[in-house]
Amino acid sequence: MPALLEMRSITKTFPGVKALDRVTLSVRQGEIHALVGENGAGKSTLMKVLSGVYPAGSYDGEIHYDGALAQFRSTADSEARGIIIIHQELALVPLLSIAENLYLGNELARGGVINWHETNKRTEALLRKVGLTEPPTTLVDTLGVGKQQLVEIAKALSKEVRLLILDEPTAALSESDSQALLDLMLELKAQGVTQIIISHKLNEIRRVADTITVIRDGSTVSTLDATTQAVSEAQIVRDMVGRDMANRYPEREPRAGEMLLEVSNWNVWHPDHADRQVIRNVSFNVRAGEVVGIAGLMGSGRTELAMSLFGRSYGRNISGDVQLHGQPVNVSTVTGAIAAGLAYVTEDRKSLGLVLDETIERNITLANLPAVSSAGVLNMAEETRVAERYRAAMNIRTPSVFQHVVNLSGGNQQKVVLSKWLFAGPEVLILDEPTRGIDVGAKFEIYGIINDLSRDGKGVVMISSEMPELLGMCDRIYVMNEGALVGELSAAEASQERIMSLIVNTQENSHAIG
Amino acid sequence: MQSAETGTVRVQKNFGHYLKTHVRDYGLLFALIAIMLFFQVVTDGTLLRPINITNLFLQNSYIIVMALGMLVVIVSGNIDLSVGSVMGFIGAVAAVMVVQWHWPIYIAMPACLVVGLFIGAAQGYWVAYWKIPSFIVTLAGMLVFRGLSLWLLEGQSVGPFPSNFQALSTGFVPDIFGFERPTPNGTAVSAGIIAAGTIVWLSLRARFRKQQYGMETEPTAFFVARVTIVAGALVFVAYKLATFRGLPNVLISMAVLTVIYAFLTENTVIGRRIYALGGNQKAAKLSGIKTERLTFLAFVNMGMLAALAGLIYAARLNSATPKAGFAVELDVIAAVFIGGASMSGGVGKIVGAVVGAFIMGVMNNGMSIMGIGIDYQQVIKGLVLLAAVCFDVYNKGKQS
Repeated sequence: MPALLEMRSITKTFPGVKALDRVTLSVRQGEIHALVGENGAGKSTLMKVLSGVYPAGSYDGEIHYDGALAQFRSTADSEARGIIIIHQELALVPLLSIAENLYLGNELARGGVINWHETNKRTEALLRKVGLTEPPTTLVDTLGVGKQQLVEIAKALSKEVRLLILDEPTAALSESDSQALLDLMLELKAQGVTQIIISHKLNEIRRVADTITVIRDGSTVSTLDATTQAVSEAQIVRDMVGRDMANRYPEREPRAGEMLLEVSNWNVWHPDHADRQVIRNVSFNVRAGEVVGIAGLMGSGRTELAMSLFGRSYGRNISGDVQLHGQPVNVSTVTGAIAAGLAYVTEDRKSLGLVLDETIERNITLANLPAVSSAGVLNMAEETRVAERYRAAMNIRTPSVFQHVVNLSGGNQQKVVLSKWLFAGPEVLILDEPTRGIDVGAKFEIYGIINDLSRDGKGVVMISSEMPELLGMCDRIYVMNEGALVGELSAAEASQERIMSLIVNTQENSHAIG
Repeated sequence: MQSAETGTVRVQKNFGHYLKTHVRDYGLLFALIAIMLFFQVVTDGTLLRPINITNLFLQNSYIIVMALGMLVVIVSGNIDLSVGSVMGFIGAVAAVMVVQWHWPIYIAMPACLVVGLFIGAAQGYWVAYWKIPSFIVTLAGMLVFRGLSLWLLEGQSVGPFPSNFQALSTGFVPDIFGFERPTPNGTAVSAGIIAAGTIVWLSLRARFRKQQYGMETEPTAFFVARVTIVAGALVFVAYKLATFRGLPNVLISMAVLTVIYAFLTENTVIGRRIYALGGNQKAAKLSGIKTERLTFLAFVNMGMLAALAGLIYAARLNSATPKAGFAVELDVIAAVFIGGASMSGGVGKIVGAVVGAFIMGVMNNGMSIMGIGIDYQQVIKGLVLLAAVCFDVYNKGKQS
């Protein structure tokens, strides 16, 4: 079979980061091609290059599509050639009907007047193709996620798709919806639609994929042909995670002391969907001077666990016990959690961690203003002294502490957030993706700060999607999947393969049950 | 101290740069001066006559009082459209209490402020705890309290008030030195000099502190010019007032409130938290700040100040009318935005809001003296508001 798509030696650099490094991807006409890799390996970036989100010229390398060199300047360009992406977050307008969504931006209209009769008729035909029987006038809002996914595919079909790209299509679907979707993929394949599927669920990939390309750290690691040989999950996992990790983490000695934080039987339900349990019976603990990691894929519930613990900032119907130093503490409000000695450094520093249009100084003192004031009146001189102290201790690179944080680099912004929480004087810090979006040098500095914290006897919970980071930093790692802890590994026994197989196995088990 | 040194060096190097990045701070002061000079010329000197300066304060006092509260509300990321109606309603309540029920004013006035407080609480409750957009809650409030004033006054004007009630607005502080006219009023002159002296002292102290911490300080020439202009203007205005009837009572309440609110917003924990709330509500909440309660309090405070403004306005008019406070909320909001506050919250200063209110006030007054019709006045005020905010947005875009 000839190749429909060939991406040759694609390199894409962002300021300070090489996201893709000479990646090659070859997709044959009419096959289902799976793209796998860890979070941040570069899968999404590659698909953005392909679809023209990053226009031709902003990357190096060549894309050959349908036998000719393709230079897409926008997504409209690539869509016109039949390349359509269905993103993980669905791009449907909830309060419009199925038909309206299907033809949004592509309305069947003459002189600006929409022909509703034709629109609904064609929609009906498209819905039948993807196995939906809903009337075209149904509001998308009233459909479940699985059916919304099918509507997205119908939308792609309405544009005469030749290459359909599905980004984690089953991540939010139930078992039966997932099966239906996979069946549809096979049916579309029979009709000649070439497809690329990005997924973490290896069993699903084995079911539908003809070829599997593994990407790691922005490079193609291997391309496995599943039509000629059987591909084992172990093989895929090994290719996904095997990487060199020498000297990327500062030296540290484990020095776990007395028990600090104990969480038991923590349960949380989704804030909008009362019947969806997000955290299931989670129990974990942290000792003084210990760095404890929580590993898991995106959407496994790590952030939800942390935020629900920190003053019930996420979720509803929260239940469970929290003890600090063996004493029960009330963490039902953020103020209470801070008073009890908890701090939560968010994964989303720009929208949840910082007041961007304020100075470094004012951000650092924000969580502990009483410490720089008396009788409610601020002592500005003391505030500046505090800020200067953290600037020096954290090595925040800035001309002055009166600089607005919006002007700082990601690494320095993260140091400001860390300063804020250290100034609040916590005993246990929950760090959620503490090195996301910052460069290698700043990462190393952040690791140093974390080690200093544990040396000072603080307990650190580190949530990260980067497994090497967890392996390099943590004394103990909990593995989380689908809202539950599925394993606990000591530093000695932990490896990327073991973590990944814990995650994959539980997914298989849950499928077996489903 | 090394940082202090680098601070001074940078300042001297970047004279022009400083002006560029702080154009907003100076722009507001210059705009006020330019507008005053303009009207001084075109009105043949009427604008700065003692009687007119006195009138300027009397006419704008209630706008400034409400601008203080509105600044806090807008900084917190909300808006209050009901203040004009609330102000009118409180005037009506006062008229009923004082004129119809013959309550003594030392009971009626606090009672009115308490009513204002409850009105603010009633609106703030929905905004803070039910997350109803403030635009909608206060739009509703605007209609409700306009209607309630009509109902309370039965569509009639109610008055006159006893003279001790009127004194709130139209009274003057007696001369402590016992000077008789035409000798300038001693209280006013000495108050002007004390105020000017305080400004000079505070500015010097702030400047010294900034240098000590290596903060960017303004170039010396700018600093001297700015402080001289502000202090000089204070003395000048005080002298002018002294040659008429002295310090109006309402100027005292205005000045005291301005100082209190400037201190509250800039020097206290609660003030800082309101800026953080407006700057990034989620981050503020995750930093342990009780964002709901602060939003609620911002509205309670606004209600109380709107009530005070209502009392001042009724005392000045010497009657409560169903039309009192009509469309005043727009002048108040305009003053705050002209003063540099941001619609999205987190940005704005009390002093800016007060200067913004004066800019609006001088324009109203000057155009009226010139005999410009109310129709054109509205058009011009509207364009000035648009220009001020465009200027802000343009500057911000250039800086980032």
